[in-house]
Amino acid sequence: MTFLMMLISSALVSNVVLSRFLGICPFLGVSSSVKTARGMGIAVVFVVFISTLATFLINKYLLEVGGIFGIDLTYLQTIVFILVIACLVQFVEMFLKKYIKSLYNALGVYLPLITTNCAVLGVALTVVDNVKYPTLIYAIFYSIGTSIGFFIAIVLLANIRERIEYNDIPKAFEGKPIVLVAACLMSIAFYGFSTLNIGG
Amino acid sequence: MEIIISSIIILVSLGILIALFLGISSKIFFVEVDERIQKVRELLPGNNCGGCGYAGCDSLAEAIVKNEAEVNACPVGGESVANLIAKVLNKKSILSNKKVAVVHCNGSCKNVNKLYEYKGFRSCKLLANMQNGGDKVCRFACIGCGDCVKVCSFNAIHIVDGVAVVDEEKCTNCQKCISACPKNLIDKKLYSIKTKVLCSSKDEGKIAKNLCNVSCIACKLCEKNCQSDAIKVINNVAVIDYSKCVDCGVCSEKCPRKCIIKAE
Repeated sequence: MTFLMMLISSALVSNVVLSRFLGICPFLGVSSSVKTARGMGIAVVFVVFISTLATFLINKYLLEVGGIFGIDLTYLQTIVFILVIACLVQFVEMFLKKYIKSLYNALGVYLPLITTNCAVLGVALTVVDNVKYPTLIYAIFYSIGTSIGFFIAIVLLANIRERIEYNDIPKAFEGKPIVLVAACLMSIAFYGFSTLNIGG
Repeated sequence: MEIIISSIIILVSLGILIALFLGISSKIFFVEVDERIQKVRELLPGNNCGGCGYAGCDSLAEAIVKNEAEVNACPVGGESVANLIAKVLNKKSILSNKKVAVVHCNGSCKNVNKLYEYKGFRSCKLLANMQNGGDKVCRFACIGCGDCVKVCSFNAIHIVDGVAVVDEEKCTNCQKCISACPKNLIDKKLYSIKTKVLCSSKDEGKIAKNLCNVSCIACKLCEKNCQSDAIKVINNVAVIDYSKCVDCGVCSEKCPRKCIIKAE
């Protein structure tokens, strides 16, 4: 039950884009059509899961006091995580190109783009700060929930944007402004989930 | 001081480790790329239109080199590109059967009446969901808002008097308009055969006759007069089988409604 709560709370209640303002760049950048938004969303789910797994283990066995070095190196978290995420994305790209060509083609250009997606780093950093449940299984569920939240947000916005195309928009709002307005309204709608009060 | 040194050592060693790891894995996961794929890719037009049935020019180039597709598989490039590709791959070029798009409707403003006056955003997709599936009395007629014109990258389709008309010289059979048409009016035909049916009204003869001046009324005169058994009335509309048609033009002469046209 706690796992389910964890998933819902990280995907909807504290949605990574709409209530924590992480990953806004791809959220606005690649949401012009549902197809590309879906590709980006799937790639993010994939990378967030793998990178959180790796950074959690690195933090636990390398940087924390109980690690190999025996000294507190947690102040290096940010820079080490960036390094690890960049490396992992490269590695995953190579692996997919060799063994799962279809997935590589489907993700396309979005896979290397994710290296600079701050949602990925944000999830990795918040997971290791989780004092309440400092276990790997919770880190995995949290990362999956958060990335699914990103997927939901970007696909919803892409759907809205496709419908906006067919409407008569005042000249001053054409293009990006109306997208920002739509994103704001979505954010307000997602704010309603905070009354769910399911903990986690 | 100690903090600075320890952090530098850790980061540098981590960086070296990661560099080694990536270097080794790039050797392990190395994918050999055939040089010819790149060459063929450069010869292809690069519109990524998907008219060949593959995901884009990249995947078609790969398929051609792997012998999964013919050298003339690219409908956009046509014969000239096919010859160049055949030269790169040392293969004999096959004469391509050029196909072009054809709009099966001639319901222009003077042939078919308007059911209502639509004043809003001009989009076929939108109008196709409105009353009668468009503003014309025939519910199978071309709406004429130009969704096909918007998707065409080759400026080969135009709205003339309320009906989409294909410029067969410019058309490259990329099939974007075929999928863009919400009324499914556009199909492909052989470029060499000039006979075409300009109607897709599936209404019964009597109804179709009242709605449009040039509608197919399923009288089957064309079917009876065709020597090569190439034209058939299916679902109240004449359809040409281009694999059998010899372009004799008898059907267009016999057609009482002038909905079968043989262009000169």
